[in-house]
Amino acid sequence: MATREEMGGTSREVEMPVEIVSEEVWWLEPVSSMPRVAGAPERGGWLGEERHFGGMPRGADRSGRQETGSGTERLARGLGLFGLGLGLAELVAPGALARLIGVRERDENLNVLRAFGLREMASGAGILARPDSSAWVWSRVAGDAIDLAALTRAYRSDKSDQRRVLAAAAAVLGVTALDVLCAMRLGREADGAGMASGRRAFAEAPAAGGTHVRHAITVNRTPEEVYAFWRDFRNLPQFMRHLEAVTVVDERRSHWVATAPAGSTVEWDAEIVADDPGRLIAWRSLEGADVPNQGAVRFTPAPGDRGTEVTVDLRYDPPGGFLGTAIAKLFGEEPGEQVKGDLDRFKQVMETGEVVRSDASIHRGMHAAQPPEELPERLRGRTGSRNEGREAGWATGAEGGV
Amino acid sequence: MKATCWHGKNRVQVDQVPDPKILNSRDAIVRITSTAICGSDLHLYDGFVPTMEKGDVLGHEFMGEVVEVGRAVKNLRVGDRVVVPFPIACGDCSACRAEAYSLCENSNPNAWIAEKLWGHSPAGIFGYSHMLGGYAGGQAQYARVPFADVGPIKVDNGMPDEQVLFLSDIFPTGYMGAEMCNIQPGDVVAVWGAGPVGQFAMASARLLGAERVIAIDRFPYRLQIAREKAGAWETINYMEESVQERLRELTGGRGPDACIDAVGMEAHGHAATYAYDRAKQAMMLETDRPIALREAIMACRNGGTVSVIGVYGGFIDKFPMGSVMNRSLTIRTGQCHVQRYMRPLLEHIRRGEIDPSFVITHRARLDDAPEMYELFKHKQDDCLKVVLHN
Repeated sequence: MATREEMGGTSREVEMPVEIVSEEVWWLEPVSSMPRVAGAPERGGWLGEERHFGGMPRGADRSGRQETGSGTERLARGLGLFGLGLGLAELVAPGALARLIGVRERDENLNVLRAFGLREMASGAGILARPDSSAWVWSRVAGDAIDLAALTRAYRSDKSDQRRVLAAAAAVLGVTALDVLCAMRLGREADGAGMASGRRAFAEAPAAGGTHVRHAITVNRTPEEVYAFWRDFRNLPQFMRHLEAVTVVDERRSHWVATAPAGSTVEWDAEIVADDPGRLIAWRSLEGADVPNQGAVRFTPAPGDRGTEVTVDLRYDPPGGFLGTAIAKLFGEEPGEQVKGDLDRFKQVMETGEVVRSDASIHRGMHAAQPPEELPERLRGRTGSRNEGREAGWATGAEGGV
Repeated sequence: MKATCWHGKNRVQVDQVPDPKILNSRDAIVRITSTAICGSDLHLYDGFVPTMEKGDVLGHEFMGEVVEVGRAVKNLRVGDRVVVPFPIACGDCSACRAEAYSLCENSNPNAWIAEKLWGHSPAGIFGYSHMLGGYAGGQAQYARVPFADVGPIKVDNGMPDEQVLFLSDIFPTGYMGAEMCNIQPGDVVAVWGAGPVGQFAMASARLLGAERVIAIDRFPYRLQIAREKAGAWETINYMEESVQERLRELTGGRGPDACIDAVGMEAHGHAATYAYDRAKQAMMLETDRPIALREAIMACRNGGTVSVIGVYGGFIDKFPMGSVMNRSLTIRTGQCHVQRYMRPLLEHIRRGEIDPSFVITHRARLDDAPEMYELFKHKQDDCLKVVLHN
């Protein structure tokens, strides 16, 4: 197959000398025997290099956690008290509140407000009882969502005072942001505590805002073939959906451009920090990266002549911090899924010669499984049709067709 | 082109949609001459398969003439007449190398959705939900066939469409159902469901040496075809008699050596269990109604095999695991690895040992697809199998 030959061609060009294998690369150990714990980042090494991750230096991690912990708990208590107060107001003076937020004083509306009051008070009491647990704060977030939905309905009703409703919605949004922030911090602190006790998977407990993702796939090719293809970073955009281009600067350095949510792009320079042909490639972004990140890919022979097990670790500081990650998740841009999808496509390229496409999968987002009216821009001239660039004759002929 | 599109529960329409295009270098475009409605299409029609979208082109049993090939397809030429297998398979991954084509590791671009529901993803399938790839199907004038260098099988012009069309799915599916029973001389095989797949399972069980085949269904006309065309020795109408008692009688108390479930997730049954499963399914407490499967397990002889080729989608309730474990039953199942069976089965047809067209009861035009779905669903006019010609 032509594509496969082309592939081999590009990968041969980049045979680079063995580079620096850092003793500090903790995952040179096989995946199975590796501690899936958190101890790992505390060993330091290139992966845990704090300058790539905003926030607290790692050394201060433990003592620092205690401090932010109590700070977050203070915030939680504040939110709990706020909830109790607002809830009480909703319960005993729903009429006054309805006027304040611009909603008509009808029985239905007042009953809804009273019910919301009960909910607020329940969350508030829960938080005050367990200010270290994120669950009750999350219940506030859920409540906020309900409030916003109700306000949206009120806004659409011509019986409401729309200016007042908008002001109320703005206030709720502000509180929602605080609730989310508080809940996520509490969640992270709980993870951190689990991490210290060694039970939490490292992947779930990145330090100071970083996100760690790990995925593995088995590719029916030798470790040498798989390594060679990956080692030429220019190949990566073929199967990494969010990567636009990688330019190789020299043996160690490269420049990466990726698309980010909402159509923007992010760029960074990266350097290879470990390179063991047929076994491992590790890289990290350099100072000034839009999204500080580091990654490693390991290649190990699969048992039973099944090719190569490819394990990718990616650690990065998402734009917008953990709130950014949460929002990205809401919009289906979850990084873990991205890496999994990228690996699926990597396997397709290695085994079949190209990324496998369906009528629906060539579109971003959902699309009916029917042929496209026109090929998306990025596929034009790249689909492998013999007729590329000219009209296919059969469809317009007398036989069949439209 | 014209294509049969899904528009929601109990709604299909023949719409104008764009002509298919080559999307990968190993694709071919086929002008479809004959296509069929499969019993499993009724699961889509009835709304039991998740991840369907309005406008999805249906159909996974089709054949026709190659009109365009991608530049990496060396084995097919424009003008070749081909039958296309329903699972899409790359031929390169470990599963394909092991001839487990319906488990192809590369042909489902939406593998992540299937992984959420099933743990791991099987192969992509034409016209069968986004979870299984989001591929446009073959109840249309044209179809794009990925991995055309692996799947489609060329057929001589001498053999009519109706003789070879079912190599795409139901003949190999029934055959694999019988093959999984590891049939030995003297074996008695019971088949739940005398639909087209069940008929082929019965005929295949006979081809593979089963001494007696017993058909179980509720429609007399289907049981009659089983007796007259598929080689069934005895038939049981479960609306009229107890399946368990009758099977015991017919097998000297042992139970059948192998039981084939050719029914799947929308089984019908007697009042009580049927009402129970129907209600649970309606309340989303289980996705599938495993009435035939439970019965097959309970009926099977000690140490026997239960072969499941009826389609299941999700979760079932009251699965008699105690019966399976304590009585050393073997359960075998899978979407058919069609590519593995097409060549040998084409030989059977060529040698005149079987003529698969015996299941066809209705012939129509592509434009008639909506009426044909309705007719097939309600088993009107003694409908067993609908073929649509272009």
